[in-house]
Amino acid sequence: MSDSRNFVLGVFDDEDVLLSAVRKVRGAGVKIDEVYSPFPVHGLDEELGYKRSRLPIAAFMFGILGTSLALTMQFWMLGVDWPMIIGGKDFTPLPDFIPVTFELTVLLAAFGMVGTFFVSTDLKPWKDPKMLDLRITDDKHVMAIDLGQNKSVDAQTINSVLKDSGAIEVNDKEVED
Amino acid sequence: MQVTSSVRTPLITGGKTVHDVTEDICRQVEGKPSKSWLLGMGMALTAFGIGFIAVAATLWEGIGMWGLNKTVGWAWDITNFVWWVGIGHAGTLISAVLLLFRQKWRMAINRAAEAMTIFAVICAAMFPVLHMGRPWLGAYWALPLPNTFGSLWVNFNSPLLWDVFAISTYFSVSLVFWYIGLVPDFATIRDRATGVRKKIYGALSLGWNGAAKAWSRYESVSLILAGLATPLVLSVHTIVSFDFATSVIPGWHTTIFPPYFVAGAIFSGFAMVLTLMLVTRKLFKLEDYITIEHIGLMNIVITITGSIVGIAYITEFFVAWYSGVPAEQYAFFNRMQGPYWWAYWSMMTCNVISPQLFWFKKIRTNIAATFIISIIVNIGMWFERFVIIVTSLHRDYLPSSWAMFYPTVYDMGVYLFTFGLFFTAFLLFAKFFPVVNMAEIKSIVKSSSEKQTA
Repeated sequence: MSDSRNFVLGVFDDEDVLLSAVRKVRGAGVKIDEVYSPFPVHGLDEELGYKRSRLPIAAFMFGILGTSLALTMQFWMLGVDWPMIIGGKDFTPLPDFIPVTFELTVLLAAFGMVGTFFVSTDLKPWKDPKMLDLRITDDKHVMAIDLGQNKSVDAQTINSVLKDSGAIEVNDKEVED
Repeated sequence: MQVTSSVRTPLITGGKTVHDVTEDICRQVEGKPSKSWLLGMGMALTAFGIGFIAVAATLWEGIGMWGLNKTVGWAWDITNFVWWVGIGHAGTLISAVLLLFRQKWRMAINRAAEAMTIFAVICAAMFPVLHMGRPWLGAYWALPLPNTFGSLWVNFNSPLLWDVFAISTYFSVSLVFWYIGLVPDFATIRDRATGVRKKIYGALSLGWNGAAKAWSRYESVSLILAGLATPLVLSVHTIVSFDFATSVIPGWHTTIFPPYFVAGAIFSGFAMVLTLMLVTRKLFKLEDYITIEHIGLMNIVITITGSIVGIAYITEFFVAWYSGVPAEQYAFFNRMQGPYWWAYWSMMTCNVISPQLFWFKKIRTNIAATFIISIIVNIGMWFERFVIIVTSLHRDYLPSSWAMFYPTVYDMGVYLFTFGLFFTAFLLFAKFFPVVNMAEIKSIVKSSSEKQTA
């Protein structure tokens, strides 16, 4: 059994045409697999019906983790494990602990969120991106429609919908999985 | 879709298309290094090599090679440290704060400015590390390691330790921020390349494919990182200023230090960005991306922060007089009229007077004038740190221990070393990495070109 997917690729060269095309194609009942762009197109994720990213929540959780780790570390080290008299002050002065707590909060929030982003988007150095069109990272937006996901619509209709909505080219592409 | 107000002048000139952006930026990465690049690299490596002798001598013989004495225990080392960290403030400020304020002019300069930040922080870190004398043991003193490693827990009450955390967090978060921005651009280079180059840039691009889902997350990550980096930028120089402000030396023990240091850091950082960008722009023919508009806007930031620094100088003086504390009053009188008067007046001329010239639009939009003033500002900011550190230390409460500081050739050599390191790293970056954020610039091509034809 061959594991290949057949795509119809609509190529666009203008982000505003692309946005209206996404609306039209989805309106015609065609399921879009993904849209690839050389730069972030604002509003495209909403047009495609993607949910808002939950990465900010991940960042917040990692930040809280950083805060608690930093406070625990400082209180335990200077308050419990080996209390030291420094300048005749308290063993555990909270105001003095704020800078390190802040820095560790930011550090863990940033690294935790970026790590989550890499995992969720599957970004890793040894990944083969299997580009559908090499112009995606240059200047063309490519709307990929998987024929396997659109059994009810025939390829001819998809082609004409794409052409009507402003695609400059419509190509077929078979991708080995 | 990007909407830009009609009163704004276009940020990209020359009627560029999206494809032109790819060509213009990738050309530097893909072509052979130019003669001027090789010349610059030769000079940077020479400075690096000569400076390395001084670094090696310092490590071999100890920091007695420097001009420090019992009274002036901090001099060029900490001056250079604060100076480099200050320079390292512009990159993250440009990419984080200006992103939050939606200032699109950041897009052409943020990549190079962030690279500069990273290299400047590495140079800064050289000084405290070398000042440890035996840096290979430094981890025991600077990091919270268990007592069995030899010493007690680190002192979390000390601003010097806060600095360790602040600088290392700042460095690593800036590095991540910079790298995230580079990922889509590495993908662009990957898709144009063949062979080994494709493999290397392919690994660097982490398999980026430009999917809408990935972009949506990418945007969200950039925004949150900017939100995290903004207080981080402000915290770093605040904590650096605590190194001085929490002590009792006259001239250091003032509450104005945190905002004053942060303004000074942005001031010197923007000046260094201008120095580098004016050269990069010329060498790499980026005049259509880094326009006179960009230069003018950066000069306005320099004028604002320079004025804040000027007001801080005057405030310090007023407070010294108004406090009625003789030691404090003497410290400021000594800055102006003491043996280091020349350092004080260099600082005043370079930092307070020169940025005021940018009130004139002719000067603000003149490339030669901007280049000269940007260098003057950084000389002035070096003197500011020298004045704060050395003139405060050399004469404090006890006249019997007053002394002078004279730098040795090793002080100068280590400083030269950091210059060599900085420029070597920056030139390597400029050759092998895309110097302008292509993906971001591409997103404003349409709004810019429509305005030009309109």
